[in-house]
Amino acid sequence: MWEYTDKVKDHFLNPRNVGVIENPDGVGEVGSLACGDALTLYFKLDEKGKINDAKFQTFGCASAIASSSALTEMIKGLTLDEVSKITNEDIASYLGELPKEKMHCSVMGRDALEKAISHYRGEKEKKVEGEIVCECFGVTDVDIRRAVTENNLSTIEDVTDYVKAGGGCEKCHEKIQDIIDSVQSKEKPVKKKVIKLTNIQKIKLIEETLEREIKPALKKDGGNIELIDVDGNRIIVKMRGTCATCSKSQITLKHYVESKLRELVAPELIVEEVQQ
Amino acid sequence: MKPIYVDNNATTRVAPEVLEEILPYFSELYGNPSSMHSFGGNVARKIKESRAKVAKLIGAMPEEILFTGCGTESDSTAIRAALISNPDRKHIITSRVEHPAIKNLFENLAKNGYRVTFVPVDSKGLLDLDYLYRHLDDDTAVVSIMWANNESGVIFPVEEIAQAVRAKNIVFHTDAVQAVGKVPVDMKKVQADMLSLSGHKIHAPKGIGALYIRKGTKFSPFLIGGHQESGRRGGTENVASIIGLGKASEMALADLDQMSTRIKMLRDKLENTLVKTVPNTMINGDKEQRLPNTTSIGFEFVEGEAILLMMDEFGICASSGSACTSGSLEPSHVLRAMGVPFTAAHGSIRFSLSTYNTEDEIDFIIEKVPPIIKRLRELSPFWKNNTCK
Repeated sequence: MWEYTDKVKDHFLNPRNVGVIENPDGVGEVGSLACGDALTLYFKLDEKGKINDAKFQTFGCASAIASSSALTEMIKGLTLDEVSKITNEDIASYLGELPKEKMHCSVMGRDALEKAISHYRGEKEKKVEGEIVCECFGVTDVDIRRAVTENNLSTIEDVTDYVKAGGGCEKCHEKIQDIIDSVQSKEKPVKKKVIKLTNIQKIKLIEETLEREIKPALKKDGGNIELIDVDGNRIIVKMRGTCATCSKSQITLKHYVESKLRELVAPELIVEEVQQ
Repeated sequence: MKPIYVDNNATTRVAPEVLEEILPYFSELYGNPSSMHSFGGNVARKIKESRAKVAKLIGAMPEEILFTGCGTESDSTAIRAALISNPDRKHIITSRVEHPAIKNLFENLAKNGYRVTFVPVDSKGLLDLDYLYRHLDDDTAVVSIMWANNESGVIFPVEEIAQAVRAKNIVFHTDAVQAVGKVPVDMKKVQADMLSLSGHKIHAPKGIGALYIRKGTKFSPFLIGGHQESGRRGGTENVASIIGLGKASEMALADLDQMSTRIKMLRDKLENTLVKTVPNTMINGDKEQRLPNTTSIGFEFVEGEAILLMMDEFGICASSGSACTSGSLEPSHVLRAMGVPFTAAHGSIRFSLSTYNTEDEIDFIIEKVPPIIKRLRELSPFWKNNTCK
C-alpha cells in the first residue's frame, strides 16, 4: 500500500473543482486510457487576466486525482505568468509529498497546465518534439531530458517515476541512460567554466544570456530589459515595455532574471534596477 | 472498523483451530525433531502426522511431501531439480500468465542460456494447448503450468497436460498454490511429477509451503545441509508452521464441498449483482473453468487503485490488476496476456472469497461498490453522459 499524506487522501476523497467549464479560456488534455492516467484541465480568466475558475477531470489513481485537485486550487487567483512558473515539484509539495513512484502524477498536472496556457495563447499544438524513446508510453528524448534536468534525476528508475519512460518493455533503458549521462556530463563543464570567468568574460556571458534567454521570454509578454552596467557582481538593468509599468516587475527581476543569470553565469550575481 | 476481507488469493487468516494447534510449539513443546530424546521425538511424530494430512489433501503419499519455506521456494526447488536431472536439455516451457515465482524464474533462466517457450492464453484466459504440444521436443527439460491462475481464477486442464508432457518423457511441474483447498486436487489422477502448494493460502501461517515430488522422480535438493526432510531440504524444520499446515490441510479437505457450494454461490451473487448494477463492466476470464472463490471484474474508464482506496474507506479489502497498485506502470501481465482492453484492464478488481465470508459481507460490498464506480466515473474525462466519450 502506498504511503499517502493526509492532504493527498483529502484531495482524493474530496476532490476540489471537478467538472467541465463551458467556453473555457484554456483547456489542456494529457494522458490516455492506455497509459493508465489522463487529465483534462480547464480555466477561465477574469478581466484582469487572473484565473477565476479552474476545473478538472481525471482518470487515474489516487495521487493523479489528488494532484489534479491540488493544481486547480493552486492556480486560482493567479495570472498566467504566475502559473506558468508552477513546477511538478510545487504540486507535490502542495500535497505534502508524493511517493517517488507517483511523481509522474505531478508531472501530468504540470503538462496539462502548460497545454492549457498554450491553448489560451493560441499557440498551435506543439508537434511532438524530439524522437520517441519509450514506445510503450510515447515519451520523447526531449521529455526525458527535461525531467532529468529539472528534477536532477540520476537513474533510469527515477526517470520512470517522473515521466513513465522505461516502465514498460524496458527496451529503451540504454537510451535513457545515454540521456542521463549526457545531461550530467553537460552540467559539469558549465560549472567549471563559471569559476574561471574573467570580468570581460562575465560581462559577455551576461549579455549573451540576456539576449538568448531572458529577452525572448520577456518579449512574449510585451516586456523588455536593457543592460546598463556591471559593477562587480551587481548587474544594473532597466526594465522596458510592459515590464516598466508592471507591478510585478520586481518579482520578475528577482525570481526570473536574477535566478536565470545566477544559473547560467555565476551564482553570486545580484540584479538591480537602475535608480530613476 | 472490521475488515471485510475478500482478498483471499493474496493471503488468508490463520484459522483459529490452526493457531490453537501450533501455539504449544512456540512455548513448552520446543524440542528439535531430530533429537534422540522423546521430548524431540514427540515433535517428530507430530510432523509425521502433518505430512500425512498434507498428502491426504492432494491424494499423495506422505513420503512424496517435502516441506519448504513458501510456494516460491517449492517452485524454485522443483524447476532447478528438473534442470539438474536433465543437464543436456536446454529448453523449458511455461505459460504467459504464471505467478512471478515461475515467470521471473523462467525469465532469469532465459538469460542464462535456456530457451524458453511462453504458451499464450486466449481472451478468456484459457491455455493454447496445441501451442504447448507443438513446442515439446527432445531438448525440453521441464514444463511448468499453473493449476489455477491467481488473478482470473481460470483453471488449466493439468490432468491432460501432465499426461501429454510425461508421455514424451519430459518432467511436468504445476504451481497449484491457488488450486489446493479450492478445488479437488488428486495426484493419483493428475500425473504431474511435482506440485507446489503454499500454507498461507489455506489458513495456515505465512512462511510454510510444500512440494509434492512423485515417487521415482529424480530430485536434487535446493538447500543443502542436514538430513532433514530425508536429505531433500537441509535446515531445522519450521515445526510450528508445519504442524499448522497439517491442521489447515485437514480443514481444507473438510471444507472443499463448501467451496463448490456456499462460497461459489456468494461469489456468483457478488459478480452477477455488480455486473448488473454497474454499466460497462466485464468479467475477466472463463466463467466455467474457474476457481469457485474468485472473480476478476473490469470496471471500464476508472482506475483500480482509486477503486481500492475508496473501498478501503469502508474496510473492504480486495486487489487490482491495475498498474498503479504495484508500482509498475502497466496492468498485470495476466490481463495483458488475455488481451483485456486497456479501458477495463486498469480498472480490474479481484475479489477472492474464503470460508469466513458471510452473505452480509457480500451484501455490504454490493451496496458500496456501485456508488464508488459512479463517483470515479464522474471524475473521469472518458466518461460522458453515462457512456464512453
